[in-house]
Amino acid sequence: MSFTFVLGALITLTVAGFYLGRSRSLASAGGSAVRLHSRPHYYGYFVALWCGIPTLLILGVWTMFQTPIVEMIVQSNLPERMLEGDPAQMSLVMNDIRNFASGNITSGEITPAVQAAADQYTSLLQVSGLAKFVLILVVGIAAIAYARGKIDPALRARNQVEKTMMAILIVCSVIAILTTIGIVMSLVFESYRFFEKVSPVEFLFGLEWSPQTALRSDQVGASGAFGAIPLFVGTLLISFVAMCVAGPIGLLSAIYMAEYAPLKVRGAVKPLLEVLAGIPTVVYGFFAALTVAPFLRDQGTFLGLDISSESALAAGLVMGIMIIPFVSSLSDDVINAVPQSLREGSYGLGATKSETIKRVILPAALPGIVGSFMLAISRAIGETMIVVMAAGLGANLTANPLEAVTTVTVQIVTLLVGDQEFDSAKTLAAFALGLVLFCVTLCLNIIAMAVVNKYREQYD
Amino acid sequence: MGEIDMSNSVQVTAPVASADAARETKFHTRGVQVFYGEKQALFDVDLDIYENEVTALIGPSGCGKSTYLRTLNRMNDTIDICRVKGKIELDGTDIYSDKIDVVHLRARVGMVFQKPNPFPKSIYENIAYGPRIHGIATSKEDIDQIVEESLTKASLWEEVKDRLEEPGTGLSGGQQQRLCIARAIAVQPEVILMDEPCSALDPIATARIEELIDELRDNFTIVIVTHSMQQAARVSQRTAFFHLGDLVEVGETGKIFTTPRDQRTQDYITGRFG
Amino acid sequence: MTDAVMTDVQTPDQMRRDRAAHASDAVRRSLKKRYAAEARFRAYGIGAVGLALACIVILFSTIISSGLPAFTQSAITLNVELKQDVIDPEGTRDKSTLINANYRKLVFDTLLAEFPDVTSRRDKRALTAILSSGAAYQIQQMVTADPSLIGQTLELSLPVAADFDLYNKGVITKETDESDRRVSNQQMAWFDTLKERGIIESEFNTTFFTNADSREPELAGILGAAMGSLFTMLVTLALSFPIGVCAAVYLEEFAPKNRLTQIIEVNINNLAAVPSIVFGLLGLAVFINFFGLPRSAPLVGGMVLALMTLPTIIIASRAALKAVPPSIREAALGLGASRMQVVTHHVLPLAMPGILTGTIIGMAQALGETAPLLMIGMVAFIVDIPGSITDPATVLPVQVYLWADSPERAFVARTSAAIMVLLTFLIFMNALAVLLRKKFERRW
Repeated sequence: MSFTFVLGALITLTVAGFYLGRSRSLASAGGSAVRLHSRPHYYGYFVALWCGIPTLLILGVWTMFQTPIVEMIVQSNLPERMLEGDPAQMSLVMNDIRNFASGNITSGEITPAVQAAADQYTSLLQVSGLAKFVLILVVGIAAIAYARGKIDPALRARNQVEKTMMAILIVCSVIAILTTIGIVMSLVFESYRFFEKVSPVEFLFGLEWSPQTALRSDQVGASGAFGAIPLFVGTLLISFVAMCVAGPIGLLSAIYMAEYAPLKVRGAVKPLLEVLAGIPTVVYGFFAALTVAPFLRDQGTFLGLDISSESALAAGLVMGIMIIPFVSSLSDDVINAVPQSLREGSYGLGATKSETIKRVILPAALPGIVGSFMLAISRAIGETMIVVMAAGLGANLTANPLEAVTTVTVQIVTLLVGDQEFDSAKTLAAFALGLVLFCVTLCLNIIAMAVVNKYREQYD
Repeated sequence: MGEIDMSNSVQVTAPVASADAARETKFHTRGVQVFYGEKQALFDVDLDIYENEVTALIGPSGCGKSTYLRTLNRMNDTIDICRVKGKIELDGTDIYSDKIDVVHLRARVGMVFQKPNPFPKSIYENIAYGPRIHGIATSKEDIDQIVEESLTKASLWEEVKDRLEEPGTGLSGGQQQRLCIARAIAVQPEVILMDEPCSALDPIATARIEELIDELRDNFTIVIVTHSMQQAARVSQRTAFFHLGDLVEVGETGKIFTTPRDQRTQDYITGRFG
Repeated sequence: MTDAVMTDVQTPDQMRRDRAAHASDAVRRSLKKRYAAEARFRAYGIGAVGLALACIVILFSTIISSGLPAFTQSAITLNVELKQDVIDPEGTRDKSTLINANYRKLVFDTLLAEFPDVTSRRDKRALTAILSSGAAYQIQQMVTADPSLIGQTLELSLPVAADFDLYNKGVITKETDESDRRVSNQQMAWFDTLKERGIIESEFNTTFFTNADSREPELAGILGAAMGSLFTMLVTLALSFPIGVCAAVYLEEFAPKNRLTQIIEVNINNLAAVPSIVFGLLGLAVFINFFGLPRSAPLVGGMVLALMTLPTIIIASRAALKAVPPSIREAALGLGASRMQVVTHHVLPLAMPGILTGTIIGMAQALGETAPLLMIGMVAFIVDIPGSITDPATVLPVQVYLWADSPERAFVARTSAAIMVLLTFLIFMNALAVLLRKKFERRW
């Protein structure tokens, strides 16, 4: 019973329900629509919704929860000694069962217990799929019959349908909140599991980052250091380089386009600068690794400096280019928001354009510009692909942009892209890093938005 | 011309220009035409502005008075589609020629706008802005002196002398406008142009500013655009009446309001339109 | 001194004139410096704009110049005899026999025949390295599809190995030390001889567009990644568009203006600025680990990207809905339409161009996303072209990332070529959005 098939059946049923409902409504009114409270198609929607919504809910919930529940059942049926073993061992076994059941390679040998469990797994899933399909059919047909029975010329179908539609709209709006809750909860939950293994103090204030965990306590490399300070410093270093590029270029471009450029030039250049924002970051990363880093390294050799091929300078430079439109676009908006009367007042006193800009407009627009800088910094901190491809992998606590550093986002990727057992401190560290990243960018964004909004209020 | 019914005419209370002083011409304008793109806003205006007097420009809305005012300090330059033709001379030199630098011009011919527009800076900095950028005063003592003088001349000193560091935008409407006048005075202009300076103010503030204008007359030449005939009658010595881009009539304020020569002037003054 | 003091007393009028003259002089003196500062400031502005534009030009020209070579591929034309005794000695035409036959020997023999004086085993291996492993595979496909070809001698165009392709394009040259290169001098000599005989050609690289990923650069293509992107985009669109528009309609038209809706608004604005990698972590923790959805499937990738695109669509749709003037709503209500009907019959159709524009832009952003998909596992080496939303797949940007990471030089050109394809799609989508906006959006 493939998912698409069941979905298709569900849709067919719902559409059938629509037509059945509509024809029934006309029939009940003696063939003419005038006697009906609502237009006939509303009665169709009435039946369709009665059929579609419950079945869709069943499909969704059943599909989402069928795998975890089946796994719980299979796990509880395993022999006693396996259940009492080490949890890491258990998840290995569960993995084996899953892989064996789907025909993939397994890590260990196939004991009879594992084989039996895998068979049980497969058969349970099959039964579950079939049961889901049958339930959907039954519920769907029953719903159609029930709803159809309720159709009567006096039934306020339109009102009912509209109430349901409103409920759907509200649910959709809530999904946005659920996303945030989901993010916070999943990050906090996994980070909590991490902080059970590594203390928060060591994490936030430790100076050494070399994340290793042993699978068995007697393995070499069982000592791992999870001090994230080098990562924070590396992130800040690269973001700083990026802002040194994007800040001046973005702000000066915005000033030029808002105050000096003739309309045609502005109309042509503004969309071009937006192009920089639309280029995927993986392209920037490739460009950084392919062209910029070697160029800088060669220049360094020429000048007698030792510039690493994964230097913070290369990554920061390219990231700065990417961020230029963030600074220029927002600054352009805030500069344009400064009222014309201030400019006229300044010109009337005999000030030149640059004096007006430097002494009247920029100070007036300063809160907004600061807000735009903060948003750009937030973007730089959260950027992943450029640094993954152009910055280093080894933690390095330094302020020298010519050296290779690593960032929070690079480590998140490195820790999770690999064949890691999910429970180890190593993979959970990624969630802790993600939590820090989320909190920092959230704070920056909230403050920046508040600053920009307060500034806008002043002038509206 | 026949009997003109002046029973509805305006009372002229402005001080009259003293007959003995030979009035020097400050602005001499001939054949001024202004175009906004294809649309012509001013048609062949010939007008002289005399020194140390208040000249009022009156007329119904949209008749070109503000446009004319803005040609006098080249504020129209800031509008891309605006073109100015004709001769506009300040002390004998055409201000649209290469001999006059526009920045210098605007230091000599100041402007006060309809809606008070103090900078979002402190009161002190608002006044200090002009002298600083022009290099008129550089040391703190000099600037302090200019600030005090300008605020005194704008009759605002007593009210704000203890709170010079507060933002200029925190003052009342009338105070803000006086601040703008002080700001204009600080660069030692020869002429002050005022574009409906009281239209956004209440009657009490308006009266104070009108008093101020009369005091300023001794040291500056003032050109004021106003849509209130009564105000023109209260403050100006000469009045020019604009209508639909034409300068219809110009003359001594008293004569314009009691014995206008043109029918249009009379109609406007007696309230038949506008 | 008293005389001087007496004559220096001035009338107030004179004093005023003096002060004005002094001020005027000061202004005149300051002009030169100030205009110089003005010109400098303006130059900085133009310089900044120029620098930004130069970056765009450098970026594009680098990518294009390094990617163009990937669109041509060297091929060798050989007359291959499909010997029965090698392919199917017993003549059973059994499928598994045909599949497992030693096509490599066939092809190598044909090439070795071009150079009869090459005898030692080492030399033979060096010579046959010119052929790609895909050559044998190509012949296998041909014969399995049409066994009647056995016994015939066909003139076939076979792919050349990537290193020799690079030599042919001049990327690998004799200038580097022989020990530093992957192509020895002897191999270059053989290749040159083949070129002189006219059997080496450069043809348009269709395998790039018809193959999925491969370990061999000359056989690697983007079709797998492209299909993966397509499926992922379908899932993203199917999820984010309805939910986003519904949420926007509710928030803009029906929601009461109270604290709760304010919180939701702030929440959506913040979600739009959350780093994309955090969404990847969410997908990993919830969709993969808790719900057990298949790793590396477009379904999960699409769900994660849908959550990312949701705020963009909601914000753009709200702006479009807000732009429809209240007079239209009032007119419809006045005619007796219910609030829901006003929205569905009048406001939504009028706001649709703006909503679609926002959706297209959101989709374009999602198409270029890499980081969250790395988190949910779409980074594996996938050789098969995905057929449904639950097959393991990768997407175009991730393919670029994987190839960029690869040490083989030949992948550099292919990475750039894949980037060119990706950028073409993005430019197309953005142009569509701009066109939509220009043609259909009304200014009220």
